[in-house]
Amino acid sequence: MKEEKDTKKATGQTNGFETITGAEALLRCLVEEGVDTIFGYPGGAIMPVYDRLLDYEGKLNHILTRHEQGAAHAAQAYAMVTGKTGVCFATSGPGATNLITGIANAYLDSVPVVFITAQVVSNLIGTDAFQETDILGVSMPVVKWNAQVKKSADIPETLAKAFYIAATGRPGPVLIDITKDAQFEKLSFKYRKCNYIRSYNPNIPLHTKAIESAAIMINHAEKPLILAGHGVLISGAETELLNFAEKTGIPVALTLLGLSAFPSGHRLYAGYLGMHGNYAPNILTNEADLIIAIGMRFDDRVTGNLKKYAKNARIIHIEIDAAEINKNVLVDLEINNDAKEVLNNLLPLVKEKSYPSWIREFRILDKTEYDKVIKEETQPENGKLKMGEIVRLVSEFTGGDAIIVTDVGQNQMSVARYYRFLKPNSLVTSGGMGTMGFGLPASIGAKIGRPDKQVVAFLGDGGFQMTIQELGTILQYKVPVKIIILNNSFLGMVRQWQDMFFEKRYASTEMVNPDFVKIAAGYKIAAESISERKDLKESIMKMLDATGPYLLEIKIDKEANVLPMIEPGASVSEVTLTYKK
Amino acid sequence: MIRSKKKFMNQEFTISLFTEDHIGILSQITIILTRRQINIESITASESAVKGVQMLTLVVKTTAEMVHKVARQMQKLVDVLKVFVHTSDEIIYQEIALYKVKTQGLMSGNMIDQIVRIHHARILEISPEYTVIEKTGHKSEINELLHHLEPCGVLQFVRSGRVAITKQVKELNAYLQEMDEANQARPENIEVFN
Repeated sequence: MKEEKDTKKATGQTNGFETITGAEALLRCLVEEGVDTIFGYPGGAIMPVYDRLLDYEGKLNHILTRHEQGAAHAAQAYAMVTGKTGVCFATSGPGATNLITGIANAYLDSVPVVFITAQVVSNLIGTDAFQETDILGVSMPVVKWNAQVKKSADIPETLAKAFYIAATGRPGPVLIDITKDAQFEKLSFKYRKCNYIRSYNPNIPLHTKAIESAAIMINHAEKPLILAGHGVLISGAETELLNFAEKTGIPVALTLLGLSAFPSGHRLYAGYLGMHGNYAPNILTNEADLIIAIGMRFDDRVTGNLKKYAKNARIIHIEIDAAEINKNVLVDLEINNDAKEVLNNLLPLVKEKSYPSWIREFRILDKTEYDKVIKEETQPENGKLKMGEIVRLVSEFTGGDAIIVTDVGQNQMSVARYYRFLKPNSLVTSGGMGTMGFGLPASIGAKIGRPDKQVVAFLGDGGFQMTIQELGTILQYKVPVKIIILNNSFLGMVRQWQDMFFEKRYASTEMVNPDFVKIAAGYKIAAESISERKDLKESIMKMLDATGPYLLEIKIDKEANVLPMIEPGASVSEVTLTYKK
Repeated sequence: MIRSKKKFMNQEFTISLFTEDHIGILSQITIILTRRQINIESITASESAVKGVQMLTLVVKTTAEMVHKVARQMQKLVDVLKVFVHTSDEIIYQEIALYKVKTQGLMSGNMIDQIVRIHHARILEISPEYTVIEKTGHKSEINELLHHLEPCGVLQFVRSGRVAITKQVKELNAYLQEMDEANQARPENIEVFN
């Protein structure tokens, strides 16, 4: 055996196999998988890989972020806007643990990212060696799959499995931990993509009986409502959803991550669902006699109080992940499959219909919401600047063609409510985890993934400062993202809850902020700060027209609340439009 | 789906999992139960009738609704081949127990006779100090014998987890064969891992 290895080493190539190091094999695997961009941060244990990376310039573009969390979020956003699998590198120990928030975020939002972490040399594992951490154990609850590689010969097969698992079925993050000795060790390299794993079958056979039953239920419904989520976008079923809705005449409401799966402003668009969603779809969820949930998972922010959720409706759940079915809401009919496949098969079976009086109910409630909330939020005549008017202006100026990135909190909810999404995958936001600090690094990943698109990030002053170091990444790679800081000098959403549910006791939510324009200047990023309504339009236009990165700080109403709101414990139909202080 | 009351009552379930023989799989499974605050009453692991396939048998007490939720989450794990959930009347199961009892205590009355004839237990070792008795059966039967032995002075007592065989006809081998057949029906040259 040893002799054989030695001969291979001498010749470099035997029987179509090439002898290379584990580190190089890893990079070759990435090239084979069509990867061209990696987000990461080097360190001791991963140095052999970074050393080889120099030879892959032009093939593998590495973006050095300023913190591993930033790399993880950027890789996720890159995956979300390109439809490819993101790739992220980190070293052992703290490098790996710094990824965890990003991994968990990708897990909850079903985004395919392959995380490569380095591990200390294999004979030191378990000894509490320098920068050793049990990253397999630490990441286990937040990955779709993870594995450790201690022998270089296992690298190609493990990487092939990683890419297959990450991108198929319900996508998600995969972590591969490679020991330093495996990176140095030589192997005979040959790469074959994986498309079958015995214990993992993402291709579920179509249950035609269930689809026929669904068609009967749909054809007999009187007040049907579609709730569409991220699964529609992941499956690439936007056209199928549109065709299905138009044929059946059923209104479509979207979850936060489902936004952009159905065009805003369409006659059948019912609005955005959930805690700060639109008035009509929330209230009418409890009026509907049939709910068709497509690629969504009945998150508590969508359902409100489960005991009072959709009690008049029979529920059809079209969902690729069987574990999501009957998890939160017991359904009447489950169709455990890919959204696109199901919609394609369902379309010929459903009747052409329209529901004028049912749709009218939505429009009446839309009008109420407009009069009581939207008008004042988007077209205020005086007073401090509002988040809604800023988002609406950006929406108008970009014509719905930009990729919008948000942080988490009031900024995120205002974007979800007031930006008019017209093109699929034009929103990048942290849904399930609600990770503050996601926005800035995600905007970098989005812009690098789609350099042809205008990328606008809406951040709060709090979230911005959680990953503010990524301004360095923007500087180094000249990433022309447009950053809007909606600055209310508060952790706005927490302050809103303190205002509404904690007797206005503002515990640790007020922020003393630095001069953001000066900070931007330090990173050579053009910036402006405004606080007057008269400057708003011009400043936004100037920002959008800038060729390089641009930061626009907008000082807004310090104590504004995002409404409507389904209060915690309340039913979706108890959504409130007003809040009296 | 029937929204019956029974779904919300705690009862005993046996979860049988067939998994790839990979490191860490037990950890992944217990995480799912930990998150839902479900205690594992007993657990056994062994190689199944199919080479390379590991079998885990877990006994849990929870509601029918919850056991199906966690079973689906287990089935979702990449290295899990198949998960079965059974109530106790759907399986044939046994547990084994060993009792170490003071020999002196056993010598009184017709104790030995009762252990062998009534409890159908076996005696594995006798020394002047202690005797080791083996009993196979359900938990209640094992406890019954324990209770019976207590006056004699029980020095040690250990009970295994449950081993179970299902009453269903379709075996794991059939599932595996189906999976492999589905794979063979796939076009092109395919790389098969595992």
